[in-house]
This record gives sequence, C-alpha cells and structure tokens, in this order.
Amino acid sequence: MNTTTALTLIDIHKSFGETRALKGVSIEVKEGEIVAILGPSGCGKSTLLQIVAGIEKPDQGSLLWKGNPLENTPPHLRGFGLMFQDYALFPHMNVFDNIAFGLRMSAMEKKDIDQQVEKTLNLVGLADFKIRNVNTLSGGEGQRVALARALVTQPRLLMLDEPLGSVDRTLRELLMSEIRQLLRHMHQTVLYVTHDQEEAFAIADRVVLMRAGEVEQIGTPQEIYSRPASLFVARFLGLTNLLPGEIRRTNGEYVIKTAIGDLPVSEQTTGLVTLLIRPDAVNLDSQGKCIILGKVIETTFRGSLCRTILALGEVSLTFDLPCRPSLPEIGQTLQLSFDPAESLLVFPREN
Amino acid sequence: MNASNLRKVLLLAALWLAPLSFLCVFFFYPLGSIFQLSFARAESGLSQPFMEAFTSESVRRVMWFTIWQATLSTLLTLAIGLPGAYLFARYEFRGKALLQALSGIPFVMPTLVVAVAFNALLGPRGWINLATMELFDLQAPPIKFTNTITAILVAHVFYNLTIVLRLVGDFWSHLDPRLTQAARTLGANRWQAFLHITLPLLAPAIASAALLVFIFDFTSFGVILVLGGPRFATLEVEIYYQTISLFNLPLAAVLSILQLSCTLVLTIVYTRLSARVSRPITLRARQYTQKRLISRQTRIFAAIMIALLLTLLTLPLIALATRSVVRLDPGRGQQSLESPGLTFDFYRELSVNRRSSLFYVPPITAIAISLGYAGATVLLALTLGMPAAWALARDAHALPNRALDPILMLPLGTSAVTLGLGFIVALNRPPIDLRASPLLIPIAHTLVAFPFVVRSLTPSLRSIQPRLRQAASVLGASPGEVLRFIDLPLIGRALLVAATFAFTISLGEFGATALIARPEYPTIPLVIYRFISQPGAINYGQALALSTILMILAAGGMLAIERFRIAEVGEF
Repeated sequence: MNTTTALTLIDIHKSFGETRALKGVSIEVKEGEIVAILGPSGCGKSTLLQIVAGIEKPDQGSLLWKGNPLENTPPHLRGFGLMFQDYALFPHMNVFDNIAFGLRMSAMEKKDIDQQVEKTLNLVGLADFKIRNVNTLSGGEGQRVALARALVTQPRLLMLDEPLGSVDRTLRELLMSEIRQLLRHMHQTVLYVTHDQEEAFAIADRVVLMRAGEVEQIGTPQEIYSRPASLFVARFLGLTNLLPGEIRRTNGEYVIKTAIGDLPVSEQTTGLVTLLIRPDAVNLDSQGKCIILGKVIETTFRGSLCRTILALGEVSLTFDLPCRPSLPEIGQTLQLSFDPAESLLVFPREN
Repeated sequence: MNASNLRKVLLLAALWLAPLSFLCVFFFYPLGSIFQLSFARAESGLSQPFMEAFTSESVRRVMWFTIWQATLSTLLTLAIGLPGAYLFARYEFRGKALLQALSGIPFVMPTLVVAVAFNALLGPRGWINLATMELFDLQAPPIKFTNTITAILVAHVFYNLTIVLRLVGDFWSHLDPRLTQAARTLGANRWQAFLHITLPLLAPAIASAALLVFIFDFTSFGVILVLGGPRFATLEVEIYYQTISLFNLPLAAVLSILQLSCTLVLTIVYTRLSARVSRPITLRARQYTQKRLISRQTRIFAAIMIALLLTLLTLPLIALATRSVVRLDPGRGQQSLESPGLTFDFYRELSVNRRSSLFYVPPITAIAISLGYAGATVLLALTLGMPAAWALARDAHALPNRALDPILMLPLGTSAVTLGLGFIVALNRPPIDLRASPLLIPIAHTLVAFPFVVRSLTPSLRSIQPRLRQAASVLGASPGEVLRFIDLPLIGRALLVAATFAFTISLGEFGATALIARPEYPTIPLVIYRFISQPGAINYGQALALSTILMILAAGGMLAIERFRIAEVGEF
C-alpha cells in the first residue's frame, strides 16, 4: 500500500455559538486509504467533513493536503467530492445533468462528459436512469445518483456523509459491499462518516471513533473491536457486559472481585474498575480457565448465533452462543468457560 | 472566526452597494430636496407646520379614515384572496392560466380607468342601473355606488386581489402536501391540519402579501379621489390637495413625513415577524402538489370561487370594453338617439388629430413609449433587486439586513405627488441633470417596483436548501457559477413573478409619471387622462377605447409570460 499522507488535520476546533462542535481533532488519511469516522449523532463528524470540504472554516487548527495548507482554497477549487447525507440532488436537473454538473464546471468537452457520465451510470447500475426526474427516485436510486455525482469528477478525496442512512437493510448490505469494492477498485482516498459500526467496520481500513467533538480512538476495525480504548468505545460497540469490580493483589496474583465472583486478571494495578466480559469469547464447555454458571432468561435467534441472556445471581450478562446443536432453552442452567486474557477487559472506573 | 465574519460583512456590503446607491440618489436625495424646499417656506419656524398638523381636527380625521379603510380593505382582500390562492395552488383545471392572467389585469389599470370601468358598470348610467331602469320602468337609477365607501372597498379589493393570489398562491403551490398528509395521519382533521401546518408555513407569504396590500390601500389616491368623491380623503389625497390646490407645501411635507413614518413602522414590525416565522422549506414540483377537481365538494368550491373571481375581476372590465364599442349618446352631427348601436368610431378617432394639437400622439406611439419604459423598468428593477434579495436571503439576522430591509419598502409608502415634485426639484439641475433623459420615468417606476421585486425573490431564495449550494460548490462551481446554475434556475418562477410586477407597475403608474413625463412622450395612462379631462362624449369614448387597448395589452403580456414560464424555465 502507498504510504504517502494525503490529508492531515491538526488540532481542529469549531464552535457554533455556545456549542463546541469540535474540540481539537487531529487525523491523518493516507493516499488510497478508506477512513471511517464513527460516532453517535452530534459528535461532530459531519462538521468535520464540512470543514474538510471547505464549506465551514475551522476556528483554530490546520488542514493540509500533501503537506500544503488548504485554508485559503475555496471549496470549488479543492478537488474533493462530498456526498451529502440527504443527497442534496439538484431538484431542477435530471439524473444526467446532476451527474454531469461537476464535469461541466471543469469545462470538459461535451463528448467526454457524455462518455464519463455514461460510464459512471453503468458503474452504479443506473444505466437506464439518464433522463429521470430526480424528484421521483427511490432512496436507493437517489443514493446511487449522489454517489455517481461525487465520483464522476475523480476527486482527490471522496467524502461520504452517512451515505446509507436512508436505505433499507437488504439494500444496505448489498450497497456496503458494492461501495467497498468500487472504492478499492478505484484506489480512492475516502473519508466515510457513519454512526453505524457495522458499516464502518465493513468498509474502512481504519476507523476514527469520535465522542462529543473529540477523537476517542483511532485504529483498524480489528484493533478497535478487540481493544476498545475506553468504556465509551466499548458501550458504543454494543459490549454491554459491564460489571463494577475492585482489583486486589493476593499472593502475588491480581484478582478482580465482582458480583459474580473473583476472576484473575492480567492488569498490574489495584483499585476500583469496571470489568468487561466479551460476549463472543466464551465457550459452552469447561475447557477455559474460568467457569461460570447461569440460568437462561432470554434468547434471541440471530441466524448463526444465538444471543442469550444469563442470570448470575443479581447480575444478567449477554453472550453470543452457537445455535448448534440446539438452542438454549429458557430456564435451563448453562455452564460457560472462558480464558480471562482473551475475554476480560478492565477499564478505570468512571463516575 | 473574525476573518469569516469580516468576509460575510464585505459580501453583504458589495451586494447592497448598487441598490443602496440607487435609493440614495433617486429616492432620498429628491425627497430631501423637496422637504428642504417645503420647510424653507414655513414662515414661523420649522415647528409650526408640525404643530398645525398635530393639533388639527381634520388631519386627525383623515388619519383615522386612512387607517380603518385600509384595514377593512386588506381584510376583505385576504378573505377573497386566500381561498382563491388555495384554488390556484392546489388544483389543476382548464382555463386556469387564463383566470390567473385575468386576475393580474386590474393591477395594471390606471386608477382613472378603473373608476371609469366601475362607472360603466355601476354608475348612474352604468349597465346595471340602465338595465334595471329599463326592466322595472324606473325614473331614477336604483343603485347608488359612486361616492360611497363601498365603491372604495370594492375597488381596493379589485385592485389588490392579484397580490394575494400571486404571492400566497405561488408559495402555496410549492408547499409539500405530504406535510399536511402527515398531520392527517397523526389524527388532525382538515381544519386542524390547515391551522397547525399550512397556515404557519404560509405565514411569511401571507404577511408579505397583507403588508403590500395594506400599504397600497393606506396610500390610495386615485380610487379615493375619483370613486369616493370629495367626502373621503386619505393622507395621500390630503397631500395632493395641500400641494396642488392650497399650495401649503410645509403642511404637505409634514403629512408626507407622517405617511412615510407609518410605512416604516409597519415594515419594521413585518420584518421582525417574518424573520421569526420563515424557515427553509423543501419546495416540491407542482406536478406533486396539484391535483384535478374530482370530488363533488372540490368542484362546488371551485365553481363558487371561479364565479366570484370572474364577477369581481372581469365584469367592470367587460363593462368598460363594451362601452367602448357601443354608442349611447347621439353621435357627431346626429340629432336624435335613434341609433344606439355598435360602433368603432372611438377607435378610429384615436388616430385623428382633430384639434391639430401640438402634443398629439398616435396610439401606436403611446403604446411603444409605454412598452419601452416598462421594459427598461423590468431590467433596472431586476438588476437592482436581485443583489438586494440575495443579500436579504443569505442572512436575515445580519445587522445590515435588518436595518436595510424596511428602508426598501419606503418608496411604496411615499406620496407619488411628493416624489414627483422631488424629481423635478432635485434631478433637473446639476449635479444630476436628467431633465431630458428618457431614463427618468423608468427610474421613478423602478422605485415603486423595487420593493415588489425584492419581496417576490427573497422568500424563494431563502427557501433554497443551503446544501444544494454547498454540493455545487464542492463539485467545482465557483460562487458565480453557483448563482447561475443553482440559484437562478431554482428561483426562475419567482423571477418571472417579479418581472411581471415590474412590467405591470410601469404600464399602469400614473401619479409620478404625470408630474415628470415630457408632454411629447406620454405613456398610455397619460393619454387616457388627457381624453378624460376634456369634455364631450367623443373624448370619453376615446378614453374608453384606449383603456381597452391598455387592458388587452396587459392581458396579452401576462398570458405570454405564463406561456413562457411553462416552456422555458421548467417546473421543480
């Protein structure tokens, strides 16, 4: 992979009146890399895109493209593409004219424009939609037109703002893999904004997780999932088996004391902490170092996996268990085992 | 932060530069000159005319009458205009374009012509009185219309209905019907959906239409003078009497300032209100907002509305047109009333310079002069109105906008007599000598048309989603290209409405034109006025004939614009 740094954001700040949307964000994007910006709504991710696009100006911080400052380049000269959250298709132009707009602005010859638009329409699978009125498109079709419009100019950087926000689940899965293939194939540099971790993990090379205007964690999807940097990240990823505990040192061993018993941990500190038990790193056997017993109180069938809620005394924990050979039954007592090094994560206690 | 703020302010300043300079040179300067001249004539100090105005019982009476007749006229206009706007906005039916064009015709008719038209219909020798006298064998006309408050109110509604139909109807036609549908599915009945969804969204359009109508009624001149008779006087009429008849310039200036202050206060209140209630709305193409008249209820509603509009808008005009081709009095050289019948004499007379008058102008020349002035007015008003509307739409809360918005409306509230005199006093001598310039009249007309242009364009510009401009910009469109490819096409419809306003205002303007036009280059209304002010049936007939020509011209122009819109700009 090419390792030239394409986009550099250094300590970006932005406020809207009293609201501080961004509080010092620094990100690097390499050429040909797909970086997803992930976070709950209101975390500042769309503002970040608007700053990169040049629609908004940062209050503080710098913005570089291959080492050259971008601050004084107006949006129309940046050569970036932005696909808007609600698509922002021009209501007074048909599909073709919407897609051709960017090429016309670059004063390309009509013949070449026709050819490029045609090619892009084929790429997104809308070959027959050329003269369609954009006001009559469905969500998925509108999304493809918006993508085609952003792609056709071959932007140095493509930014996608919640591109799959308004399409149904089936189409979403399909488009997710289509977009990834398309972007890979074109070796496109991409900033991809979403609130959906599945989407971010499926498409991105690296994920930037944001919280309330700040970067919480940056890493590959695997890194982030296996080692969430904070309790917030863990919760955001849907890891909900969180227990208060206290680590003590007994006989040279570090042990965490929780409501479900004492468990060995690899952390070399003591004090009040929050313990995370990964829902997927448990087995329905007794091979692991730790063993727990619980009563099944709820099961949800999820295809290959079965989400099972177990009651362990006062505490209830959620695990993803294999459905075979048979679904756990409600009321049944299950024995699970796990390896603490693999399944347990410890976070400092938050108030 | 500061740099971007500074850039915003600079951009606003650049946009305001041309419109504001225009207003300074051609509005404030002439107005200042005439006020200065007026007060210089006050014998016992500057405060004396003010004291005179504020202590006078008759000024108070005039003020009171001006306010209540304007309020009543505005309410009546809204009461008929809003259902009409609904009909035009939500339903597609045969003859709609024609009806819409018809509704605009009264607006361009000179007040004198309207008075003549209503007289031809309801006057002592109007069609209705003649018919009832004939039918029931009466000696005296049974209906008394002329010189009543009813005449004033009816004429005001007749004039201003088109403002409500156009401003509100146009906005309404692009309002997404899904919003009301959503309200209905949430349990709102028809009336609740209208009250809680449609009405609040329409509020800015209704407010701007109501304000314009009110200002027009507030400053009404010709209608009051001719149809109301000597019993009724608005501020504007009083200014005219004080200036022309009594030559009490100081008092006239005070009344003029009073009228201007009222307009300014109204406009400031309106601006505050509209900034609070207007919000970006997704505009929908008409093909999604309009449906055919299918249910029984809607058909009955449409039938009643169409009948009402047709009666109100066309009957006086039809009366006018028919009177122009019917001879009721004995013709030249005829002794008896034996042959009342069809005649084109009045039209033929138009091309004859019977008195070998030095200022005789053939009708075709007057038409050409009027069209030329109207064309120049459209160009000038759009050129100046576009940047102003653009500045207003960009940031309603910016200080320059809040301060300047009300000022734009001032020319509307200014007495035409005062302004006309101001032009003569200020612009006929250096530093600005436009005495011989053919531009003087389009400039005066532009002052009146300018607020209309800005008012038509701003809501439409404001409704464009900022994202569309951003999307274009990211795709490589420079600010100029964004304006050309996004803003202009999206406001195409509003642009045509604005152009229509400018065109028709110029065609019909009488008060200021009468004072500043050169006698050898009269507009059509001026020629009509010349005929009316001369005695005799043949002159009256020629006035009717030329009024009919003006009417046809206006209707034709408006129909052409409706067609042009459908062919060129495209709906969204």
